[in-house]
Amino acid sequence: MKNFLHIEDLYKQYGNKVILDNVDLSVKKGEICTLVGPSGCGKSTLLRLILGQEVQTRGEISIDGKEVGFASPDRGIVYQRYSLFPHLSVLENVMLGHTLEEGFFQRRKNRKVNEKEAMFYLDKVRLGEHAHKYPHELSGGMQQRVAIAQALLKKPKILLMDEPFGALDPDTREDMQLFLLELWEENPMTIFFVTHDLEEALFVGSRLLVLSQYYVDDRGKNAEHKGAKIVGDYLLDSKVKSTRFKKSKEFTELIDKVRSLGFNPENEQHARDFDLKHPDSYQTLEPYEDARQ
Amino acid sequence: MKRPSFWGLHAEVPKALKWGLGVLPFIAIVVFYLIASDIRHKENEYDKLLPTPTQILSAVDRVAFSEDKRTGEYLLWQDSAASLKRLFIGVLAAAVLALLLGLNMAMFEGLNSFFYSFITFISMIPPLAILPILFISFGVDEFAKIFLIFIGIFPIVTRDIYISVKKIPKEQSIKALTLGASQLGVVYRIILPQIMPRLLDAIRLSLGSAWLFLIASEAIAASEGLGYRIFLVRRYLAMDVILTYVVWITLIGFVFDLVLRMIVKHFYPWYVK
Repeated sequence: MKNFLHIEDLYKQYGNKVILDNVDLSVKKGEICTLVGPSGCGKSTLLRLILGQEVQTRGEISIDGKEVGFASPDRGIVYQRYSLFPHLSVLENVMLGHTLEEGFFQRRKNRKVNEKEAMFYLDKVRLGEHAHKYPHELSGGMQQRVAIAQALLKKPKILLMDEPFGALDPDTREDMQLFLLELWEENPMTIFFVTHDLEEALFVGSRLLVLSQYYVDDRGKNAEHKGAKIVGDYLLDSKVKSTRFKKSKEFTELIDKVRSLGFNPENEQHARDFDLKHPDSYQTLEPYEDARQ
Repeated sequence: MKRPSFWGLHAEVPKALKWGLGVLPFIAIVVFYLIASDIRHKENEYDKLLPTPTQILSAVDRVAFSEDKRTGEYLLWQDSAASLKRLFIGVLAAAVLALLLGLNMAMFEGLNSFFYSFITFISMIPPLAILPILFISFGVDEFAKIFLIFIGIFPIVTRDIYISVKKIPKEQSIKALTLGASQLGVVYRIILPQIMPRLLDAIRLSLGSAWLFLIASEAIAASEGLGYRIFLVRRYLAMDVILTYVVWITLIGFVFDLVLRMIVKHFYPWYVK
C-alpha cells in the first residue's frame, strides 16, 4: 500500500546534468516534511516536480495513488516571492480560490458567501483588518500570511512551500514559524516545506529530509552525471515547541549531524549507508549504484 | 552646505524658479516670433511667411468660427472630426488586435512559434513605403488611410505587450492553476488585467506615430482632414492657417496624452512602469 505522497525512482535531468538522482520518498498524510540541502542541490526542483511546474525525466510521483499532472488545485503553493497578484486587493486575492472557478453571473450571486469565507481565512492569519488593502501596502511577512490563507481556502491535499520565509527578517521569520505550527495543529494537513535554514527545518518539521549531492556510490567518488539523493530522513517531535527548543542539546546535535552528512563536499558516505531513520523511509538503488544488489 | 539652485549634479531647483524657467523658452519663442514678424512686415506688408498676431487671429476666426464660403462648413471642426475618426478607428483596431496577439503569443508557445518571425518581419516594413500599395489596392477612400495607421502602430504595440507579458513571473500562472483557474482563465483573468495599463501606455506612446501616418496619408489623398487642409493651403503659402492647424493638432495631442495618463493613474493605482 502506497503512502499518501509516493515518489519512486525519480530522476530529473537538464541536458547532461542530473539534478535528482533516483530519489525515493514515501510520506504519510498529515506530516510536515521539511527538506534541506546545500545550495543548488535540487530542493526547489523536487518541490516543482511535485507541484507539476516541471516534468520529471523518469520516475513516479503520485498523490493518493494517482500520478501528478500539471499544477492543479489538489496541490497548494506558497512561493518565496511573487506571492500575491498585485492588481487585486487582499480580500480579492484570497477569494480567488472560488472566483476563478465561477462565471461572471455566478460570482455576482455568490459574492457575499465568497467574501465571508475569505474573511474567515484572513482572520485565521490575523489579517482581517487589511482586507481591502493592496499587496504593495503590506509588509513581506503579511504578504506571506495572505498567501497562506489564499492557498488554504482551496483545502489542497498537500501544501507546498518553497522557502516561504526566506525573504523575511529573522524576527518575522520566527513569528511565521510559530504561526505555521499553530495553524497546522488546528488544521491537520500535509505540508512539504523547502528551506535552506537548517534550524527552521528542525523546528517546524515533523519529518526532516536531507537532500544532497555529496555522497559516494559504486559509480565512484568523482563520477560525472551524479545528482542529489535523500541522504538523511529523520522523525522529529511534532508538537508545537517553544523557541527555547532551538537552544536545546538534541537540537544542536542533530544540526551538526545533518551538516556533516549533507552539507560537506568531502563527505564519503556510501549510498547504501544513508541515515534513513524515519519509519517510512525506503530506498531502491540501481545496480550501478550498489554492487551488493 | 547648501544645494545649488541650478548648476551641477547636486542642484535642487526651487519651485518658483522651476516654473519660471519652464515658461521661459515659450515666452522667448513668442517674443522672437513677434519681433521677426514685425521686421518682415516693415519690409514687405504682404509678407506671408510670418503672419502677425492679427492675421493669425483672423485665420482662427475664418476656419473655426465662420462658415466656409464654398461648402458652408466650419472647416476646423469638420477637418478635426474627419481626422479624429480615422485616428480613433485605426488606433482602436491596432490596440485590440495587438493586445490579443501579444498576450496569446507570450502565453502559448505553440502560437508564438507560428507568429513570432512574421510579426518581426512586418514591424520592419516602413509603413509610409507601402502607402502607395494601399491606395492602389483599396482606393483613396477611408480604408487605406485607417489601415496605414493600423499597420504603422500594430507591430510595435504587439511586441510591447509580448515583452510585458513575458516579464510577469511564471509563478503567477502556476499559482492561478492551483487556485482553480483553467488555462484560458490564467490568460484572461489573471494576466490580461495586469497588462491593461501597459497597453494604455504603449498606445499613448505610439500616438505620435499614429498622427504622422494620419497626416501623411491625408496629405496625399483626402478631401477633408487636418493633414489635408495643411497641405492644401500650403500652395497659397497660407501660414496663418497652417500655424493655426499645427497648434490645434499639438493641443489635441497634448490632451490625449494627459487623458491617457490620468486614466492609468486613476484606474490602475497599483501599476508601476
